[in-house]
Amino acid sequence: MKLNLKIWRQQNAKASGRFESYQVDANEHMSFLEMLDVLNEGLVSTQKEPVAFEHDCREGICGTCSLVITGQPHGPQSGTTTCQLHMRHFHEGETIVIEPYRAKAFPVLKDLVVDRSAFDRIIQAGGYVSVDTGAAPDGNDILIGKEVAAKSFDAAACIGCGACVAACPNASAMLFVSAKVSHLALLPQGKPESARRAMNMVHQMDEEGFGMCSNVTACEAECPKGISVENIARLNREFIGASFTTSK
Amino acid sequence: MELNGKVPPGDLAEKWTKYKSSMPLVSPDNKRRLDVIVVGSGLAGASAAASLGELGYNVKCFTFHDSPRRAHSIAAQGGINAAKNYKNDGDSVYRLFYDTIKGGDYRAREGNVHRLAEVSVDIIDQCVAQGVPFAREYGGTLDNRSFGGTQVQRTFYARGQTGQQLLIGAYQALSRQISLGKVTMYNRHEMLDVVLIDGKARGIITRNLVTGKIERHAAHAVVLGTGGYGNVFYLSTNAMMCNVTAAWRAVRRGALMANPCYTQIHPTCIPQYGDYQSKLTLMSESLRNDGRVWVPKQKADAEAIRQGKKRGADIPEADRDYYLERRYPAYGNLVPRDVASRAAKMVCDEGLGIVPTGLGVYLDFAAAIERYGKSKAHSSNMENPSAQQIWDLGKAIVEEKYGNLFEMYEKITGEDPYRNPMKIYPAVHYTMGGLWVDYNLETNIPGLFAAGECNFSDHGANRLGASALMQGLADGYFVLPYTIGTFLSKEIRTPKFNTDLPEFAEAEKAVRDRLHGFMTTNGKQSAESFHRRLGKIMWEYCGMARNAEGLAKARRLIQELKAEFYADLYVPGSTDEFNPELEKAARVADFLEMGELMCIDALKRSESCGGHFREEFQTEEGEAMRDDEHFMFVAAWGWQDTSQEPELHKEPLIYENIKVAARSYK
Repeated sequence: MKLNLKIWRQQNAKASGRFESYQVDANEHMSFLEMLDVLNEGLVSTQKEPVAFEHDCREGICGTCSLVITGQPHGPQSGTTTCQLHMRHFHEGETIVIEPYRAKAFPVLKDLVVDRSAFDRIIQAGGYVSVDTGAAPDGNDILIGKEVAAKSFDAAACIGCGACVAACPNASAMLFVSAKVSHLALLPQGKPESARRAMNMVHQMDEEGFGMCSNVTACEAECPKGISVENIARLNREFIGASFTTSK
Repeated sequence: MELNGKVPPGDLAEKWTKYKSSMPLVSPDNKRRLDVIVVGSGLAGASAAASLGELGYNVKCFTFHDSPRRAHSIAAQGGINAAKNYKNDGDSVYRLFYDTIKGGDYRAREGNVHRLAEVSVDIIDQCVAQGVPFAREYGGTLDNRSFGGTQVQRTFYARGQTGQQLLIGAYQALSRQISLGKVTMYNRHEMLDVVLIDGKARGIITRNLVTGKIERHAAHAVVLGTGGYGNVFYLSTNAMMCNVTAAWRAVRRGALMANPCYTQIHPTCIPQYGDYQSKLTLMSESLRNDGRVWVPKQKADAEAIRQGKKRGADIPEADRDYYLERRYPAYGNLVPRDVASRAAKMVCDEGLGIVPTGLGVYLDFAAAIERYGKSKAHSSNMENPSAQQIWDLGKAIVEEKYGNLFEMYEKITGEDPYRNPMKIYPAVHYTMGGLWVDYNLETNIPGLFAAGECNFSDHGANRLGASALMQGLADGYFVLPYTIGTFLSKEIRTPKFNTDLPEFAEAEKAVRDRLHGFMTTNGKQSAESFHRRLGKIMWEYCGMARNAEGLAKARRLIQELKAEFYADLYVPGSTDEFNPELEKAARVADFLEMGELMCIDALKRSESCGGHFREEFQTEEGEAMRDDEHFMFVAAWGWQDTSQEPELHKEPLIYENIKVAARSYK
């Protein structure tokens, strides 16, 4: 299948970017990233600079791949990362627009590659349980109901890809932050510092320049892991509770 | 060189406890004076960096990813072993130790493996305390399942995303130390050399992957947690960026590479489907708890399936060969990976494969869906449930257990694995070989440690499922934080190292010259194209089955490919910018040398053991035939100067507690 690609090219964070058009010959069994590999192999073979994009595991779990594909983070398939998207979902002659995530807190480094280190700093602000190695009781001393464990797992399944931010008209990171707050607040191990955690993580989110949540819920719709906005409600509850009990 | 494994004396079960109580310590005040570099932020690297930071050392941690959470440990699916015996099914530390030694085909050190089994129980406790949401029973206790090569249920899991959850646990512990200032994190920094001063590892040279800046970093000791080298085959289940560079650069500075030929070919991966394919996707071994592996008995049926004239479901029960259940009744579908992979190759070689390339077998869940459905119908007091009702109930249970794996399969293949059996074939997955380390996880270079998949220490010639996560976390949380003290306790008055020293300047220059060489070759072919060709050579001659003639040929072909690489490589862009093509070129250059060493090692080891199967050495039934008399040793290769032949050092393996026997799963 022949495809027309309009791809965002930008030399580095300071340069201004532009769209450039390419043609690529793909086949329907390829993954989307394999289609970009073919494009790049062609560019390199004619001594042109390949399109920079990020990827690693190519099985939808590491969260490295990103891209906004014709207006949708991770493309048109729901519950699917870009690396798991296959070309059988596109048709002959289609024009595909490929852009980086666009958010103030995710500056473009080159072409389609953005800097998502703001997410790391939010986790560093409190997205953990304060327990040193060696200080743990027996695993079965902490009983956790099957449903509670499953609910916590559902939140913990976040891959930190940033699609929620790219999908949000406010570039809010609420879904990401709430997933971590929920994962830990639901478990007895995470309870003792849940107030501090919510407070500090929200504070850091604001510092990084992410926008506010206005209940658009595009984040949930575009999340490749199906993280629910129910987590945002839980975060709000934790945060409001924390504002009465912590000093920050 | 005399290789001393430094396994402490005494009773097997007491070795680690006694050693821990008698090893030299570094006082808290002195820890604050000591710097440690950790390269890699996967399970081994992140857990080591976090734990060393908690102890008080000043840690610098490096990853080439944009975040430590991206490391490939995250992709591990099925679970993590621990000898908790929560199932009351007869598990014990000794049994886990025994299964691991036997699973490794008697090619691992007893002392190391027993320690691994001992600390396995602490890992689960630690991860639970961090908030890892393991699967639970209704009563709130931890759930377990089975993995290959064992007859107990000792695998802890978090759906099919256990690696992700464990890595996030380690990443959170690491993040906490970063926020406390005890760990300084360097994202998007790739280690390109290790710096030795007076023979000890004292620093590294890195490249900032965004700006291209070459940097010098000094410390009192260096820990590598940089993973395995499965991507030498190009197509593997490893992530695209996994590479051997950090370990190989250490080899080029004098470290030894042990047992490089021991490669794990995982039996259940989605078969290859095209020449443009960039990687292979694993379907977790946990699926073999419920999935049954089969091919048609008749070649005509297989042929019809390959041509799309028949489907798997059309083949009646009597015409199917459940070959694992038939050949290995005691373990059935849960034989270890090397055994299952070879069996799949054997039936496909006979012409019974069921995908167009001929290289694929079925993994079928129909029986499990029916069994679970009937059981559920019974427990919900349904009278005379219809076949559809049973199927629906059974499907829901299979979905709960493996839902994300089935979904992943459907996304890639476009087929519904609940209705049609999965099609699978073996693929390169893990490398048991790695940097040679002693009991302290220290390489032969003093002050240079290796943890996790990048060392060779615990899995012998074949790793059992759910043991990689166990080993990575054992090394990082519970072994290295102690054993690194054996080295650092002698360094408490060693001042910090100045990166202006000539050793740093020399190493930086070597890195710059090397990168400059890649940029100025000005040939025609991309690094990627060389990597693909290397992968084909490796898979053809050093894959699931090897022989002397093929290995000798492979070595020649790799040498020719290497010469072509240095003459005709093309790298676009420049060194001082974000340049993935340059990163790739440097990694492929190291893969070329590593691949050659793997062939040399495989040729030298004239026996079959675990993942290393030499066609000349097999029983009449096609099982691997070891030669304990001549090959019960660790092959540790030194290859500082690749214009010379590599040098082999042997560390004999001594079994004091286990009776070495033929490995049978019948």
